[in-house]
Formats: sequence, structure tokens, C-alpha cells
Amino acid sequence: MTDRAQLKIWRGLDRAAGCWETHEVPFEPGQSVLDGLRWIRAHRDPSLAIRFSCINANACKECMIELDGKTVYACTARLEPREMTLAPLSNKALVRDLVTEIAPPAERFS
Amino acid sequence: MHAETDVLVIGAGGAGMYAAIEAARGGSRVLLIDRSLIGRGGATVMAQMTVAVALGAETPDHWSHHYADTLGAGRGLCAEPLARLLCEEGPACIDEMDEWGVGWARKDGRIVQAQAPGHDRPRCVYVDFLNTGPAVSKTLRTVVNRAQGIRKAGDLAVVDLLRVDGAVVGAAAWHVATGAPVTIAAKTTVLATGGLTRLYRRNSASANMGGDGYALALRAGAPLLDMEFVQFFPIGHLAPRLIGMDPIMWDPFRYKLGGRLLNGQKEEFTSRYGSDESGKYVLARDVATYAIIKEVEAGRGSPHGGAYLSFEHCPPAALREAFGPVIDRLAANHIDLTRMPVEVAPIAHYHMGGIAADARMATEVPGLYAAGEAVGGANGANRLSGNAITEALVFGRRAGRSAAERAGGMKTQPFRPAAARAALDLIAAPARGGGPNTAEMVETLRATMADDVGPLRDAARLTHALERIAELSRALGDRPSGEGTAFDLRRLEWFDLRNMLLVARVVAATALAREESRGAHQREDFPATAPDWRVNQVVRWRDGQLALARSAAAPREMAAQ
Repeated sequence: MTDRAQLKIWRGLDRAAGCWETHEVPFEPGQSVLDGLRWIRAHRDPSLAIRFSCINANACKECMIELDGKTVYACTARLEPREMTLAPLSNKALVRDLVTEIAPPAERFS
Repeated sequence: MHAETDVLVIGAGGAGMYAAIEAARGGSRVLLIDRSLIGRGGATVMAQMTVAVALGAETPDHWSHHYADTLGAGRGLCAEPLARLLCEEGPACIDEMDEWGVGWARKDGRIVQAQAPGHDRPRCVYVDFLNTGPAVSKTLRTVVNRAQGIRKAGDLAVVDLLRVDGAVVGAAAWHVATGAPVTIAAKTTVLATGGLTRLYRRNSASANMGGDGYALALRAGAPLLDMEFVQFFPIGHLAPRLIGMDPIMWDPFRYKLGGRLLNGQKEEFTSRYGSDESGKYVLARDVATYAIIKEVEAGRGSPHGGAYLSFEHCPPAALREAFGPVIDRLAANHIDLTRMPVEVAPIAHYHMGGIAADARMATEVPGLYAAGEAVGGANGANRLSGNAITEALVFGRRAGRSAAERAGGMKTQPFRPAAARAALDLIAAPARGGGPNTAEMVETLRATMADDVGPLRDAARLTHALERIAELSRALGDRPSGEGTAFDLRRLEWFDLRNMLLVARVVAATALAREESRGAHQREDFPATAPDWRVNQVVRWRDGQLALARSAAAPREMAAQ
């Protein structure tokens, strides 16, 4: 059983000069938003930036994004057969696309 | 950008963080870096299970008993000095973690030790059955944060180690967050980059464990050991899609409740492979892996190509007691164990092979040390359950101490940019449009490794894998794709693939050369364990070519099998 989700994703290196891009992704019920983002990277556009490490264990806490305006972990938010709006965290410095600077200052290279 | 330090630690999992702590205690300035975020990636944070250590808190124990079990599981191939170090120094590290407040589970004031397969007595400590690794990570991160002299930097992907006169003098890295090239001058360097599970389609560790450290060591002139031995965990979660949980989570519950392993026709099948469990959890990992794969090949697999794991015979109250809040997390995934089985299949879990190091964690290359899963040899052909975190802690501590000792006796040398020229040339390569889809290439490589270099091997499949890896290497080319701007995953994946393809080639080549079956390496065309093959394979990188050699395995007193 395959459903389809429309992922409307914010893309850009600069908040003032970003754009929205929509990709349709196939999924089986139970799959995560991160599964959908990884599908886009492997099948449509490898330049899409998303930060993740543990993939689905909710252990690394690296994949925080905003889904429809709410902060979620992409690895535990589920894909749904509708348009889902994905944006970088609005309260963190933007790095690229869905990636923000979430490390404490003392753990960044400077 | 440029940084200088006494000790550079690459990889901020359990081994890397312990190495940093110990090196700082030894008086060194430390730079702890990770390609991901500090203390979040790697394998330690994912380890939900137990930690093997001869504390003797449950029943009298001595490190020599743990050592005997480790050598037995290793099927005659363990590097004895490393296995001994792991077992002998395990208790001190576990005690220190206890002082640091990790919170080992206690009963009546003493630390609880559970029995695990392959151990002769209850030896495995834990925090709680699904939280051991995260607690270990968090504790070490807290200690790292309050230690004097440890500088931390995430988002640094090391491209190559730097060498002057044969010694490692630091590293060249790509700062993922900005795209900037970085050079690091270090008196000594510790590789704590973990294993290579990312090379496989389904695995139980973080996405950033693609064998980077093996490739870095190899290119810097250090040999690798036992690279054909990849441990598969037999009952990794397969279906339905389960999120928010580690895919190897079923093991402790199976252990507690005796979950039944069934084929696609809902029949018990392990007895066909010489091991009747009768509802008990006694099946060795390699036997369970073999049985599941063979059942699938015979057309009797579960719908997604594995086996069923069923707890349907367990009373709901027993399930609730054993699983606790996990039952609710399963319910959120629409899994009701009282009414349905789940599907499980072997999943890449751990790498026994790795960088050859002595009992000080020194490699053959001056200035270069290794720690944790990145080190090869301690676990021989098959790792005993519970040894991975112990190894991370003990080897991390020892590597940090050795690296600090050497650094303490060295004068600061002026940085020689020439040593970094080739790596910087790659890192700063101009934008290259088009090119292969790196994310797709990673998936292709993972499929190849899973299908052709998995738990059951033969010459035809291994040869096919080597051809496929060579094709992918040609497609990758020798100049990075992507732009090299901030968080350009195409460029990061290009560097990843450069390492992953080299390491995949090493695994397939050593697996093809070892014409016998032993531990985690099972050749269907050479099913017997051959006494002549009680040797370790050593791989070196010479003039762009892999050179394989054999060296006699250390164990004397333990018979193979």
C-alpha cells in the first residue's frame, strides 16, 4: 500500500532569499518525514540539506525542523497523504535549507 | 582556518570522549572533533543494551573469566593483548562511570549484572534496558564539558590525516557548516570514528559510521586487521515501519519473554538448522542469522523478507511488565504485540575488524592512535555481547593516555602547509555541476554490500561486489562534486563515498581471500572452519593498491570454535 505526500520544503542559504519547493514522495503508512526527505535526496535532488545521524531511533536529536509551524524531529514525525510544510527552525541561525545551527556555541568550530 | 592542539581526537562517541577526558587529565590540550555534533552521533548513543564487565557484583567474577569468554567467542582470532586489556581494565572504567553518575541499575545498593549469551556468569551492567548508551554518552559529554583543556568542534569532516616524515601531525578537514577548509596541527591524533555499519542497507548504528577512520588510517600508512568480519545482529527490526526506536530493541524482550521466531508460514524453523530453542533465548547470533536467511531463500520468509518474531503467546500483563512504556511507543507505531508478530531480519551491527593497534592503542604510524570500534582485533571473528561499550571506554581511556604521554614529550613543530596541500586541493575544489547523484550512489553501495557481502558469502557474489565497487569508484571520479558551500551534502557525500568505497573494497577483498567459514564470516562455498586459516589478515595501502598479508593469530590456549 503506497500513499503519496507533498512535501513543501524551504530551500536556501539566506532567509531573505529562499524559496519553496514541493516534492511528491511515495510512502508506506508508518514512515517518517525523514524517510521522505531521504527519498528526495536519493531520487530527485541530492543537494537538499537535512541534518540527521541516528535515522530513526530518536537518539541523536539532530533532525529538528518545523513541520507546519511546529518544532518536530523529522525522524519521528510521520508522513501523511497531504501537503506538509517543512521549514528550518525559526529561532536558530540558518545554515542551509532545513539545517540550522543547533550545537551549543562551545561545540562549534571557530 | 587553522587550529593547533596537543592531542586531536577524531570522533566524539564513547571512545573519543573518554580519550579526550583522559588526555586532558594527562595535561594535554585537546581538540575533540566530530563530523556530526559532539556526543550525538556514533554508536554509543544508540547502544540500548548491556555492558560486559567482571565486577563480581552479582556473583564472584574475575577478569580472566571474561577474557576466556571473549577469546571463545572470537573463534581463535582475538588479538590477545587487546582482549585482555578490555577485560582487565573494564571494571575501573565502569567504576569511574559510576562515580561520574551514569546510574548503573542497582538492587539493594549493589550494581545489577545480567546474564547474556556467551558469558559464563551474570556479567552485564546496564542503566535501563533501552537507555544504557544514551546515559553513557550524556555522562561522558558532561565530564568533557567540565574538563579543563578540551576544545570541541562539531561539523568537521576529516578528509585526510597529515603526515611529515612518516608521522601523523594532524588532519585536514572540511567544515560542513560553512564549507571552509580547515587544517589542524596536532602532536598526536586519536581515531575514534567507530565502525562501518553505514556500508549496509539496514544497520543498527548512526548514519555517520561509514568507516571513515579505516580509510584515513589506511591512506596514512597504518594497516587494518580482520576487515572481513562484520557482525550481523539476527533479529533487527524489519517491519512494520517502526520509528523512534532502535532497530535492535527486540533482543532484551526476547531474552526476558522468550519471543518465538517463526517463518512466513508461522512455523518454528530454527530446529531445521540444528538449534531447537523451545521458546528459550539460546540461539547464537550466527546460527539465527543463517537460519533466517536460509528460510527466506527457500521461499518461506515473512512478507518483507525476514522472519516473524511473536510475543502473542505472552499474557498481556507479562508484556506490560517487561516492556513498560515501550508498549505505548509500539502502540504509536500501530504495533500490538498481543495480536500480531513483527518482522525481523539480520542487520549490520558492529565491525570486529579495524585499525591494527598495540595495547597502548598505538598504530604502526608514529603519532597515530586508535580507540573503540575503530580498533581491530580485540573481538576476533565474533564479538561477545556486551563488549562494545566496554571496549569504547577502555580503549578510549588508554588511547587518550598514550596520546597525551607522547604529546607531553614533544616540542611544538611549526606547521608545514605542504603536508596539507593535496587534501586542501580536494577540499577547495571548484564547484562541479552535474555529476553522479551521491545520495543514490550511497544507496547503491549499501545494497551491493547487503546483497553480496552480507552474512553469507561466496566467491561469485564477492567478485560481483568488487566489480560493482570498482564501477562506483569510476563514477565517483577523483574530483569532488558539489559546490563546497555551507552544508553541501553532495560534497560531504563525495568525501564519504571516497572513504566508503575504499573500505567496502577492503571488506570484500579480505572476505574473498578467506576461503573458510569462521564466526561472522560464513562462506557458502567453504563452509568448514579451516585450521590453516587461524590467521589474521592484514591490509595495507601501497601506491594506490591494496596489499593483503596474513599473520598468525595470537591465541594459543583457546581452541577455535
